[in-house]
Amino acid sequence: MSRLLAILGWGTVAVLGAVAVGTVAVHRGEPINALWLVVAATCCYALGYRFYSKFIAVKILALDGLRATPAERLENGRDFLVTNKWVVFGHHFAAIAGPGPLVGPVLAAQFGYLPGTMWVLAGAVFAGCVQDFVILLFSVRRDGKSLTEMAKDEIGRVGGFVAYVAVIAILIILLGVAALIVVNALKASPWGTFTIAMTMPIALLMGVYLRRIRPGKVVEVSALGFVLVLAAIWGGQYVSQNPGLARVFTFSAPTLAILIMVYGFAASALPVWLLLAPRDYLSTFVKLGTIALLAVGIVALHPTLHMPALTRFVDGTGPVFAGKIFPFAFITIACGAISGFHALVSSGTTPKMIARETETRMVGYGAMMCESAVAVMAIIAACVMQPGVYFAINSPAGIVGQAPAAAAATISSWGFPVTAADMQALAHAVGEQTLYNRTGGAPAFAVGMAHIFSHSLGGETLMALWYHFAIMFEALFILTILDAGTRVARFMVQDALGHVYKPLGRTSWYPSILGTSGLIVGAWGYFLWQGVKDPLGGINSLWPLFGISNQLLATVALCVATTIIIKMHRARYAAVTLVPLAWLVAVTFTASWQKMFDPNPRVGFLAAARALAAGPIPMSGATARLIFNNRLDAAVTGVLVVMVTLVLVESGRQWWGILRGTREAPVKEAAFVRTRLVEEQG
Amino acid sequence: MKRIVSSWHTFVAALREIFDEAAYARFLDRAGMASSSEAYAAFRREFDEVKVRRPKCC
Repeated sequence: MSRLLAILGWGTVAVLGAVAVGTVAVHRGEPINALWLVVAATCCYALGYRFYSKFIAVKILALDGLRATPAERLENGRDFLVTNKWVVFGHHFAAIAGPGPLVGPVLAAQFGYLPGTMWVLAGAVFAGCVQDFVILLFSVRRDGKSLTEMAKDEIGRVGGFVAYVAVIAILIILLGVAALIVVNALKASPWGTFTIAMTMPIALLMGVYLRRIRPGKVVEVSALGFVLVLAAIWGGQYVSQNPGLARVFTFSAPTLAILIMVYGFAASALPVWLLLAPRDYLSTFVKLGTIALLAVGIVALHPTLHMPALTRFVDGTGPVFAGKIFPFAFITIACGAISGFHALVSSGTTPKMIARETETRMVGYGAMMCESAVAVMAIIAACVMQPGVYFAINSPAGIVGQAPAAAAATISSWGFPVTAADMQALAHAVGEQTLYNRTGGAPAFAVGMAHIFSHSLGGETLMALWYHFAIMFEALFILTILDAGTRVARFMVQDALGHVYKPLGRTSWYPSILGTSGLIVGAWGYFLWQGVKDPLGGINSLWPLFGISNQLLATVALCVATTIIIKMHRARYAAVTLVPLAWLVAVTFTASWQKMFDPNPRVGFLAAARALAAGPIPMSGATARLIFNNRLDAAVTGVLVVMVTLVLVESGRQWWGILRGTREAPVKEAAFVRTRLVEEQG
Repeated sequence: MKRIVSSWHTFVAALREIFDEAAYARFLDRAGMASSSEAYAAFRREFDEVKVRRPKCC
């Protein structure tokens, strides 16, 4: 009877999912309700988790509930610790959820809502969730080893080295592009800048409160910090209305870029307890609360999507970023579908907290599903706007022009009507001078989120507060990534330099701290500066570079996973990781080739450099810098692709040798030890 | 009712883990210390080295 009920229940979910996905896919003409996306996503995730992840767990990984995990065997009360599965789930989700799943889908919405939605659903169920799940399990079976260590053990020294370099490269490019998103959101915005500036003294206050007044009461102080941030958002409107104060908090993009670099350097060198840790707590508090609130808002309001399913820009002429739907939609959306960076989290803290192997399915596969759901919410937020408004916010001045009337006319000529008066009214409603040329995705997401929130809570009168709440939420998120990422990269560089000269490896030696902090901030600051000075807004070149490097890291992770699966004598099921790997290779290599060699200067870095070089002579200093930057971006892309090719070749040699029987396939797992938790729990 | 209470406890435990309160409590247990400004400073000295190396995604 229960089997019959299960068949009926899951059959209903499958039919409902098919109807919803079908509606999302084939609906044309009239606007569609966002609820269709929500239903399609919910059904896909439910089916993927119930059937696909179970298939992987049983047939390939053979999860063993009786095998003691490192959390049990190596428990030390610090890193290794047996933890409740829901607690690990929350911890893991908080670590993988960043601004990526919010920004990427907003940028990819230039193709319409359909490509992004389909990639987020299919990519998560068949690639991203699988990657996070298998890497987590393989790390658990190897005493919580990191991805780079596993790559070295299973593929060879080349794998380990490439993974290490890829992580550093991704961090630097990510930090540069993340900082650019903040700059574009805050330039000429006294309200937003004031709010974000206030988060710094608030974080310092939280640090002192935690250290001196109520030691260790983090949830309490985070709630207090959140109230203070809300007060700062409220106060921001008065700052923007006061000409004197507004002038103090109004900055150009280059000035903001310099301020953010100074902040990144200070945050990397200051004691963790004083600034980094409290900001991290505050950001996590706001992040978890806002994501939950947005989910409730979307379901309660179920807004209509005004963006068409497909726009004319699938041909590669989009103003937000140039390039055709294949491969660019698939590298623009990374974290919501598959992100190599997640493999680092899955082989970082999480495997050391898992109590039983069987829980890796819920934590690895399940948390990535939630991350993917966040990306679906971002698509909805971007697509509830009128398309003309979306393109006015996200198009750089180099494409649509500086003057509002000219920009509105250009965007209208694409078939997305918008007027300068519409944009002025919207800017006024959200408390900004202008919303034109705010590339980077964050302001568009903020407008969409404010639209959803203001319709469910507070009405139009609170639109400006919701907009600045959303900007604060994203900027806080990104600045936290900036200071934490700078420090992580600094430690990685220090670890490497320590092999050359021992004192450089000491994380408490100030000359080394200052030197390596300066090196890392200088590296991402260079990309930030490049973006700020780019007439096309920077996002056009930097976001694809970030997407390529992130997906190349996923390629390395899937190489490691496939190698281990083949070594486990499960080669006939290797398609589970091999198919996503093949897809990512096709996507990233095509994107890399096009970004380097496409003859269209808006797509190809080298073509852009050639077009600039063919300009008037004598060449200005700015033009020479742009030419150099384009060549540098091409070189960075080329180096990453060559390194990942080496990993692929090395992995392929391993697979071929193992399958032909000419190479031994030792599985480098920790020895089996029977768990005692089962007896303890009766 | 029991289920609701248990879910609430799990939710609070997750928050305590995410916000490092649980790690601090374990540190106090291990070090045999009571919560104080000095104990928290000692905890941060030990914990921050690990925490800042933890990868957090984009």
